[in-house]
Amino acid sequence: MFGKKRVAIVGAGLTLFRRNLKETGKELAYEASKMALDAAGMELSDIQSVVMGTAPDAFDGVHMKGEYLADGAGARNKPYVRVYVGGGTGVFTPLAGWWHVASGQFDTCLVVCEEKMSSCFPHPAYAFTTIFDNILARPLGTTLIWIFALEMHRYMHKHNIKKEQIARVAVKNKRNALDHPCAQLAANITVEDVLNSEIMCWPVQRLDISPTSDGAAALVLASEDVAKKVTDNPVWIDGVGWCIDSTIWTNRDLYYPDYVEYAARMAYKMAGIKNPPKEIDLAEPYDPFDYKELHHMEGLLLCRKGEAPKLTEEGVTARDGDLPICPSGGLLGVGNPIAAAGAMKVCEVFWQLRGEAGKRQVPGDPRTGVAQAWGDLMQYGSVIVLRR
Amino acid sequence: MSDVAIVGVGCVGFKSIMPELSYKELMFEAAVKAYEDAGGIDPRKDVDAFVTCAEDYWEGFSIFDEFVPDQLGAVLGHLFTVSGDGLLGLANAYMLIKTGHFDVVVVEAHSKASDILTFYDIVAFALDPIMVRPLGGNPYYIAGMEMHRYLAETGTTLEQCAEVVVKNKRNALANPYAAYGADITVDQVLDSETWFYPLKKLEVSPLSDGCIVMVLASERMAKKLTDKPVWVEGVGWATETPNLETRDWCRAIYTEIAADMAYKDAGITCPQREIDFVELSDLFAYKELQHLEALRLCRYGEAGMLLEDGVTTRDGDLPVNVSGGCLGMGYALEASGMQRLLEAVLQLRGEAEGRQIPDAEVGLAHTWRGIPTATGAVAVLSNIKE
Amino acid sequence: MSEKIKSYPGFRIKTADLREGKVPFEAWRPRVRYAWSAGIAMSRFLEELKNGRIIATYCNKCGRIMVPPRVFCEQCFKPVDGWKYVKDTGTINTYSVSFIAGDASRIKEPIIVAVIDIDGASPGMGILHKIGEINWKEVKFGMKVKAVWKPPEERVGSITDIKYFKPIREETL
Ligand SMILES: [Zn+2]
Repeated sequence: MFGKKRVAIVGAGLTLFRRNLKETGKELAYEASKMALDAAGMELSDIQSVVMGTAPDAFDGVHMKGEYLADGAGARNKPYVRVYVGGGTGVFTPLAGWWHVASGQFDTCLVVCEEKMSSCFPHPAYAFTTIFDNILARPLGTTLIWIFALEMHRYMHKHNIKKEQIARVAVKNKRNALDHPCAQLAANITVEDVLNSEIMCWPVQRLDISPTSDGAAALVLASEDVAKKVTDNPVWIDGVGWCIDSTIWTNRDLYYPDYVEYAARMAYKMAGIKNPPKEIDLAEPYDPFDYKELHHMEGLLLCRKGEAPKLTEEGVTARDGDLPICPSGGLLGVGNPIAAAGAMKVCEVFWQLRGEAGKRQVPGDPRTGVAQAWGDLMQYGSVIVLRR
Repeated sequence: MSDVAIVGVGCVGFKSIMPELSYKELMFEAAVKAYEDAGGIDPRKDVDAFVTCAEDYWEGFSIFDEFVPDQLGAVLGHLFTVSGDGLLGLANAYMLIKTGHFDVVVVEAHSKASDILTFYDIVAFALDPIMVRPLGGNPYYIAGMEMHRYLAETGTTLEQCAEVVVKNKRNALANPYAAYGADITVDQVLDSETWFYPLKKLEVSPLSDGCIVMVLASERMAKKLTDKPVWVEGVGWATETPNLETRDWCRAIYTEIAADMAYKDAGITCPQREIDFVELSDLFAYKELQHLEALRLCRYGEAGMLLEDGVTTRDGDLPVNVSGGCLGMGYALEASGMQRLLEAVLQLRGEAEGRQIPDAEVGLAHTWRGIPTATGAVAVLSNIKE
Repeated sequence: MSEKIKSYPGFRIKTADLREGKVPFEAWRPRVRYAWSAGIAMSRFLEELKNGRIIATYCNKCGRIMVPPRVFCEQCFKPVDGWKYVKDTGTINTYSVSFIAGDASRIKEPIIVAVIDIDGASPGMGILHKIGEINWKEVKFGMKVKAVWKPPEERVGSITDIKYFKPIREETL
C-alpha cells in the first residue's frame, strides 16, 4: 500500500427496517446520517463530500432520486454524487466513498444509503417488472422471483443440494436477527417451518425470501490523518472490489456467481488476502434469499463450490462458529431496503470489528471482515474488506 | 498522485433521432471509436474500470446498469453507474486513477431521448412529490421563473439572451456532431413562441440522440497510448439543493462551488486570464450567461455585455460554446457534459477543423443536470503539462 | 456505536392504516411511455420470429453461435460475422414454477418458466421462455423441448409469437 492513501470508517448509523416507515426517504437519509456523524463525533461542516446509494427510482417514485434525496443526506452545497449498481449498491456506495478519500481529493466523505420501497404502490414488486429486457423478457410477464428461482434451482441441481440444507440459512439468520434492534423479521423458526411455508415460485418458498422494507444506513469515511484524530478505534477499508457479468444471463451457467469471485479477487488482492477462509474472521454476504448466502460464500472463496451447505449444517457459519456468516441476521432477518440493506452489512462488520456489536458480537476478537452485495440481473458483485 | 489524461474519445451522433440503432448498438459504435482513438486498446484486457452515466427513467428501465457491460467490452469487468451527467462520471474516473490503483478508466454517457414519448411527464416525476408535483403543469416553468429573476436582478436583456441562441446555433453549423446548426436572427428568436414567460421556444435546447465514450489514463499509461494527451487539471462538482423553496433563484451556486473546487485543483487563480475557451451548459439561453458569471469568467451581471461585445464568439477573446452548446448540438440528457468535454478535447488536440480556436492551451467544460436540479460539474483541461 | 445507542430512529406504520387512508399520503401515477428502437440485431430476430424461425449470429473468433443474436460479440468485442438459423428445439437448463403474480398474489394455474438451451447454437446459449403441455411435477432438468408457435396470422414479431415450449414426446422423436 506504499504511496497509496488509507481510508477508515469512523462512524456508522442505521434506522429501523420496516415494511412501512412514516419518514420520507429524505428523513430516513437524515436520521442515518445524523447518527453516523454523532457516532464519529463530527459535524456536517466536517464533511467535505457526500456519496448517495439508492436503488430503483421506481421505489421512491421520484425520477432522479439522488437529486431529490440530496438535502436529506446533508449534501447541500457540497460535492455530491449518486452511484447505482442495482442490489449491489449498498456495499458499492462505501467503495465510491473510499475513492473520494483514497484519491486525496477529500479528507472526509459521508456515505448514505436509503431505500423507501413502500412508496411503490400497491406493491414494491411492481418496480421490478421494468428491470427486464424490453424485447426478450418483459412480454413474457417475467418477475424477479422467476429468475431467482431459476438460479436457485440450477444451483441445487448442479451440486445435488436439498431444500432442507438451504432452509438452515433462513433459520440461522432470522434467529441471529433476534439480537438486532432494527430487525423487521427476526424469528425463532425451524427448517420445517421454511419447508412448509407457501410455495411462491418453486423452489422458492415464502420463508426463503427477505421482505421489502424502508430504511437507511450511513457511514463516515475519513483519511488516515483525520481518522486518527477523531477516534482510537478506526476500521480500515483495506480492499475494494466490484464486477459485472454479461447482461444476457440466459447464456450463463447460473450455478456459480463468477462476478462475485472476480469482485472478491480484486478486493483480496488489494488487501493482500491470499487464503480467504483462514484470514477472514467474519463475513456478511448478501442474503436476500437463503440460497444466495451459500452461493455468495462460494463466490467469496470462503469455501469450495458446492460446499457452503455442508458448512452451514455443521454450524461453522453460526455466530459462535469458526466462520460466522451474517451475524447481523442478514437481509432475511433484519430486512431488505435494497441499498440500505447492503450498507447495513458494512455497518455490522464495522461494529463487529470494533467489538461494539453487543449481543451479536462474534467471539474471538475478529480483526478482518468482509461484506458483499449482489445486484442487477444476477450479474453484479460488490465486495469490501475491513480491518481493525 | 498521478496526473490524469484523456487519451481517447469516440462520438456517435448527435441527431434529433436515431431510430436505426438500439441504445446498445449506439454505445458499441462510440466505444469502438474511443478504444481505437486510445491507441487501439482492448477493453477486454486493458481497462481497469468502466463508468457509465445514466438515469433509469431516461432509459425506461429500472436498474439500467444491467444493460451496459456487453457493448462496452466490460463483461466480467469493473463497471458501475453514476446516476448523473457524464462530467460527474469523469470526476469519479479521475479520482479512481488518483488512488493509484487504476491506470485506465473508461467513461460513457449517452442519450436516446427519442425513445421517450412522455419527456415532460418524466421531468415532472423528478419534482418534490408533496410540495411541487401536485401543482401540475409543464415543469420547465421552473426555467421561466429562474430566467425572470435573473433578468430582473442583473439587468440582462431579452435581446442578450436571444443573441446566445443566434451565436450557438451558428457555431453549430461548423460542428459535424451538432444536430441543430442554423443561421437565424435575434428577431426570429424573440418572435418565437413564448413557452414559459420570459423564456421563448427557440431558447430551449431541443433533445438529441448520441453517445460519447472517453478513455482516461494515468500519466504512465497516457504516454504509452497517445502522443496527444489532454490533461485533466482539475474537477469540481456540487449540488446546491433540490428544494425549489430555498434555492438561489438568481445565481448558479452549484456552478460557483464546482468551479472554485476545480480551479483550486488546477491551481488557477485568475480564471479570466488563464482559460482560453469555455464549453458550458446553455440548456436554456439565459443559462449560458448565468453560468459564465458563476464560473467567475466575468463579474456578476456582465455576461450579457460580454456577449454583445463579441468577446464570447468563436474569434473573440473568450470563445464560449464553439461546439454550438446544447442549443446547437441538442440536449443529450446525461451526455450533455460529455458533449462539452468532447469539444474541449478536440480543441486542445487541434482537431476541431473549421472551428479550431488558434493556440488553445487551457479549456473549461461545464455542465448542469437540468430541471429541476441544482447540480453542476466543471473540468479544467490542458494540452500542456505543468 | 451499536451497543451505546439506546433507540434507533424510524416510526412504523401499519399497511392497513395506509390502505384505509389513516395516514396522510400523496398518490401519483406517473405517465411514462417509451418506444425503444429495437436496433439491428433484435429487429431481425423479431422479424424471423414472425416467420416461425429463430435466428442467431456467430463470431468466427470465439466460434460461438449466439442466441439471442447480437451485432457484436461481447466476449471478443468485435462485430459478429454473420447470421445463422438455429432450431426451435432445445434442452431445459433450469426451470421454476411460479404460483404468484408480479404483486405476490396467488395465480390459479402455475406458470412453468425455463431457460432453454437452443439446439444449433453453442452450448449454454439459452433463452427465457415458458413450458406448456406438461404437469409441473413432471418437468426435468435436461428435458428436450420444442417451440409451440402461434398461427402465422397471429404473429406480430414478438417473443410471444412462441406460445411456449412443450416436451418432445418419444413418439415425435
Ligand atoms: Zn467472439
